[in-house]
Amino acid sequence: MFKWLDPYAKSETLYHFCGKLLPYLMVSALALLLLGNIWGLAFTPADYQQGDSYRIIHIHVPSAIMSMGAYAAMASAAFVALVWQIKVAHWAVLAIAPIGAVYTVIALVTGMAWGKPMWGAWWVWDARLTSELILLFLYLGVIALNGAFSDRQVGAKVSSLLALIGVINLPIIHFSVEWWNTLHQGASITKFAKPSIDPSMLWPLLISILAFAVLLLALTCLRLRTAILMNEQHRPWVRKLVGG
Amino acid sequence: MQPRRKKRLLSILLIISLITGAVGAMLFALQQNIDLFYTPTQLVEGLGKDKVKPIVGQRLRIGGMVVPGTVSRDPQSLKVRFQLVDTGPTVWVEYEGILPDLFREGQGIVAQGTLQAPDVIAATEVLAKHDEEYMPAEVAEAMKGIRHVPPSQANFATGDSAAENDYRKPADKPTY
Repeated sequence: MFKWLDPYAKSETLYHFCGKLLPYLMVSALALLLLGNIWGLAFTPADYQQGDSYRIIHIHVPSAIMSMGAYAAMASAAFVALVWQIKVAHWAVLAIAPIGAVYTVIALVTGMAWGKPMWGAWWVWDARLTSELILLFLYLGVIALNGAFSDRQVGAKVSSLLALIGVINLPIIHFSVEWWNTLHQGASITKFAKPSIDPSMLWPLLISILAFAVLLLALTCLRLRTAILMNEQHRPWVRKLVGG
Repeated sequence: MQPRRKKRLLSILLIISLITGAVGAMLFALQQNIDLFYTPTQLVEGLGKDKVKPIVGQRLRIGGMVVPGTVSRDPQSLKVRFQLVDTGPTVWVEYEGILPDLFREGQGIVAQGTLQAPDVIAATEVLAKHDEEYMPAEVAEAMKGIRHVPPSQANFATGDSAAENDYRKPADKPTY
């Protein structure tokens, strides 16, 4: 079923494939990011209740959603790395982890900046905030565990396993606002119902979410290419590529 | 699939399902502790199957809607007193300090403090909770009939300065 994927497990093919995608991804990420964020931050109407403060939603929600999306992607790569023992899959795990960690930090920091004027507190230990913080620790744990063993094979295996186990946190983050009572409000768009956000504010938000997703892909391609070159530097095709 | 891969797949699935079970059991056991706040109903009628009521003097958080017409301020100080409700009984919250901008009657709030009497909380912190609905002011006015009033213009009732303890009495419903 997945035979067509096999060539991409070869680092050289994947390197060139990512190189081909990279410019398209970068350009569209930049265009979408400019469009979505400028539209959302400057040209949407103010909220009836929160005034202009709500505008940070156009950064907070995309980074929060994609911090979870990145984790799902990283965990899928970890699964492939563990079961099929494909090296590039593990490099993909390590390529995504810092990007996901930065997305999580953006979500947490913008959330705090939003919480202070609206709720009245920078931080509250409610289920949503705490589980998102755990997501950050999972990312950091994956990065740290990978480097914690002198045997790199063991480090790769253990960090992939942690990445995979951490998936349990994703439904907890998503449903935390439903399962428990929290200060954080419920979902506005990621639910099976009409979005509870006015269309004039919804469109720039959706574009920003797409922008963060494409940017995630672009940065992953970039980092994966670097990882492949670093790890395969003694291979003939890399030597030929860099002209050494 | 090669038997080697199958074995790895099965052991990984086993590890994950075991840990999912452990985390699930943990969250289930801690269910009541993960809730950020008591609702007024939980506070008055007790929490969970055993109807456990918090004891007087306990530090806790309470979350509910500010009952319209119950916000009364002491004109001499920052003291404020209001009622909270969810679906059943109401409880009193007493607070001295600056309220968040979003605080208004009908708004969901979360207050942290100590339980003074079975239905009175002396709050040390009051946070505003907002819902997940976002819309321009005109849409809100058309849909819900809500007109946004900034707190600076809100005409909260204040007690009579002549009678010192009057602020403890619920004020009449403000005119806005």
